Amino acid sequence: MFAIDYEDLGTPAPVEAGAAVTVEIDGEATTVPAGTSVMRAAALAGTQLPKLCATDTLKAFGSCRMCLVEIEGRKGYPASCTTTVVPGMKIRTHSDRLTALRRGVLDLYLSEHPLDPAGARCELQDVARTVGLAQTSYRRAAREPAPRDESNPYFTFDPEQCIVCSRCVRACDEVQGTFALTVQGRGLASKIAASQDQPFLESECVSCGACVEACPTTALMEKSVIRLGQPERAITTTCAYCGVGCTFEAEVRGAGAATEVVRMAPSRDGDANHGHACIKGRFAYGYATHPDRILKPMIRKTTREEWREVSWDEAIRYAASEMRRIQAKYGRDSVGGITSSRCTNEETFLVQKMVRVAFGNNNVDTCARVCHSPTGYGLKSTIGESAGTQAFTSVAKADVIMVVGANPTDGHPVFASQMKQRLRQGAKLIVVDPRAIGLVRSPHIAADVHLQLTPGTNVAVLNAIAHVIVTEGLTKDDYVAERCEPEAYQLWQELIAADRNSPEAMESVTGVPADLVRRAARLYAAGPNSAIYYGLGVTEHSQGSTAVMALANLAMATGNLGREGVGVNPLRGQNNVQGSCDMGSFPHEFSAYRHVSDPVVRGLFERAWGVTLQAEPGLRITNMFEAALDGTFRGMYVQGEDFVQSDPNTHHVTRAMESLECVILQDLFLNETAKFAHVFLPGSSFIEKDGTFTNAERRIGRVRKIMPPKAGYEDWQVTMLLSEALGFPMHYRHPSEIMEEIARLTPTFAGVTYEKLDRLGSIQWPCNDEAPEGTPTMHVHQFVRGKGKFCLTEYVPTSERSTSRFPLILTTGRVLTQYNVGAQTRRTDNVVWHPEDMLEIHPHDAEVRGICDGDWIGLMSRAGETVLRAKVTGRIAPGVVYTTFHFPETNANVVTTENSDWATNCPEYKVTAVEVVLVNQKDAWRQRTAEERALPKPARRRSRDPAPA
Amino acid sequence: MNIDLLIKMANEISAYFAAEKDTEQAAKDVAGHLRRYWEPRMRRQIITYYEERQGAGLSELAQRGVGLLAAAEPPAAPAPPA
Repeated sequence: MFAIDYEDLGTPAPVEAGAAVTVEIDGEATTVPAGTSVMRAAALAGTQLPKLCATDTLKAFGSCRMCLVEIEGRKGYPASCTTTVVPGMKIRTHSDRLTALRRGVLDLYLSEHPLDPAGARCELQDVARTVGLAQTSYRRAAREPAPRDESNPYFTFDPEQCIVCSRCVRACDEVQGTFALTVQGRGLASKIAASQDQPFLESECVSCGACVEACPTTALMEKSVIRLGQPERAITTTCAYCGVGCTFEAEVRGAGAATEVVRMAPSRDGDANHGHACIKGRFAYGYATHPDRILKPMIRKTTREEWREVSWDEAIRYAASEMRRIQAKYGRDSVGGITSSRCTNEETFLVQKMVRVAFGNNNVDTCARVCHSPTGYGLKSTIGESAGTQAFTSVAKADVIMVVGANPTDGHPVFASQMKQRLRQGAKLIVVDPRAIGLVRSPHIAADVHLQLTPGTNVAVLNAIAHVIVTEGLTKDDYVAERCEPEAYQLWQELIAADRNSPEAMESVTGVPADLVRRAARLYAAGPNSAIYYGLGVTEHSQGSTAVMALANLAMATGNLGREGVGVNPLRGQNNVQGSCDMGSFPHEFSAYRHVSDPVVRGLFERAWGVTLQAEPGLRITNMFEAALDGTFRGMYVQGEDFVQSDPNTHHVTRAMESLECVILQDLFLNETAKFAHVFLPGSSFIEKDGTFTNAERRIGRVRKIMPPKAGYEDWQVTMLLSEALGFPMHYRHPSEIMEEIARLTPTFAGVTYEKLDRLGSIQWPCNDEAPEGTPTMHVHQFVRGKGKFCLTEYVPTSERSTSRFPLILTTGRVLTQYNVGAQTRRTDNVVWHPEDMLEIHPHDAEVRGICDGDWIGLMSRAGETVLRAKVTGRIAPGVVYTTFHFPETNANVVTTENSDWATNCPEYKVTAVEVVLVNQKDAWRQRTAEERALPKPARRRSRDPAPA
Repeated sequence: MNIDLLIKMANEISAYFAAEKDTEQAAKDVAGHLRRYWEPRMRRQIITYYEERQGAGLSELAQRGVGLLAAAEPPAAPAPPA
């Protein structure tokens, strides 16, 4: 069922709104765009027609016969959902005849289906009330009730309440694109079935909840609604999972600290998700109130001691005094801070401000360092802005979609559904990935070309594609001449046209047949609208920045930037990767990517903040670890980040962390990094605070507080407390005031206010005087840097090679149901689908090692070793293995190395030479470290100081 | 910091800029990248190493880049206490 505060108009708005059409409905004239259905026109005019099979996220179906109308001059009683308006049409929505027809049809529905329990939201019940039918006039046939399907942990399917309207089937097909549901049987025996009439949990269902959303009765229903009761009110907010940034209606019961989230209903007005959601955003929010949450501040002098609960005041004073002690002993630059892409714009802005102002240095970095920092470098260098170029809706106008190093159906499922809709309409698909990701072959979709390259050879493949485009004369030279630097273009062409970059020459390097590369190149160049979407499979390499530049070069050379349907689009992993980067979280940049050495920019911040700021870049995360090991870096403030689990070469990271004298960790849970912390400051989840997130399409969306922070403070308030204790008080009363400061100091945010966000729903930056309501498509008339620059992209092989000792290449990724280090999703029922990390291995590689599906195997690299179970699959190429990093028990990053992107130090997670061996039991390392890997011990005594109200 | 890591990083930066035909410009680009993105103590360390060990282990372009950096930026004193 759709959100409680939503008015369903029955059918979607026309895809292309035509000229205005005026019709008469029940004697009243109304004007709507051509292509609008009679049902929608009536709803817009204030008349809700009874309906059961219609809802405005699905195409009109015309099966339930409840929405019949009379139209002057037409025979019979057409269904209003499938009838579009024409000028002058005169429509009657109510008459005795229509009422009799509707009652007759509804009587048949009710003959098979009881009305729902009192209090439940049910459109069948609403329609019965509308047509004045309390019960059926037929006698129900005696039969055994069909059993409920309770297999899915998040929703139940009760066939007894199902009216087989097929809204769930159509939602699965049209919206989600999984095609997991069907109507099985005929006549009275027809029923909804998942896959081959399997329980939902065992079927192909991906638990996106689109069917639950679409169901007009209580047949498909969230278990949380059954458990907690109907929600009382809804608050619009933004999801805290991936970079799609879906808008949700958080439907709640109760008030204040007693507020309970009953369900998360995707907002049909959401500009990013348009009423759709995925299993994480819709269902996996239980972590926010999980009992593992730490709600009291804690301190300890050494990490060998047990935690001691203290008051907020004591924790903050201790943290500040330790930072000052360390700076006095080791120097101003011996401390730093880390912002999180899981926190809001306002929170990350405050952390970097506190570091620069109160610590007095630029040692601030963000977890985006280890994912999309090459995006910032590569796109800034070529087209002038460190951000994706399009709105998600742009994909609906793409003719060719090239997905490089991304797995949208798992990592960005709601956008993937939009992409799949376009692919089903006929857009061509090129996939560049070592694995056969879900998009390569799924219902009604098959990649036209899959370039299954050897990990680490992205640049070689992209150069080979460019070689074909250049040497076959497929470039758009007029576009380039008008919009790009001619000399750089000339140099790039010379480099790319060299024989060494041809698909044939590169075939032995990339493992991709030359003819496939040529097909992909011709397809991409032909367009006419070709769009690139890429992910961490591009950035997390030693040539990550080079690969991003290569993608931008391809788009410029073929004229695929600056309009809808094209572009270069990074798919951001976490909810606020874009925002945390925008807010000046990198050690060399203020907000909006302006270098700290620029005296004009620095002066702007110095005047606003009343301090002198450093003109030198600070330490990156990886540099901080190195400086920690050599003794010049000794203290760290970490907000919402767990780099001990997420960063590469875990042993190296932990040695560095052990050498720190004070780690202040602000988080929801005692994560892996907490083992090395001395101060723990309880964080607040996304339902406990106000702020904004910026998604992968530069869309700023509001995060709204649904309940008071469980530990007493929102995260931005904790940073303020720490800053004040360090001698630099901040005076914000609400995150909207932080946004006012951001807008004053950040040109791309100049026009952003909370009032405008409330009014428009969301805003895509740049938002300023030139674009007061934001910018969906960038680089329309010219590139942000002026002339686009073709950067040289010579292929430089990674130093990480397979050897006789480590003959396989490991690459890493994620799965649909888990998220990042799993701190959130592991604390939900999502573990039903993915309870552990597995190593995908090709059948050939498994066979020669005597490995069968499900066996325990040892995974070893030059950096470390771990144990996990094998999944033998043809999805991965011979010589390559794949795993995820969601579980600390596995800790895949024990084996990843210190290699990183040449420009940004983004770790090379995607290429690690490894060996895999069959083991009879979990290996010695696992057993040896099991005890030390146990979560830190809880506090030994309770604080007597209550948390502030 | 681990000097071997800094050498590796400098060499990788240089490997990217080696695509530039104008070798003078390539060396300037290497120096510019180090100046723009490396924290001062990292720059000090690579410059000191370059001067004391004549750039051993650095690629030819990296040596030229660090040399330019050293010429423009003699090693400075560490940052003062806060």
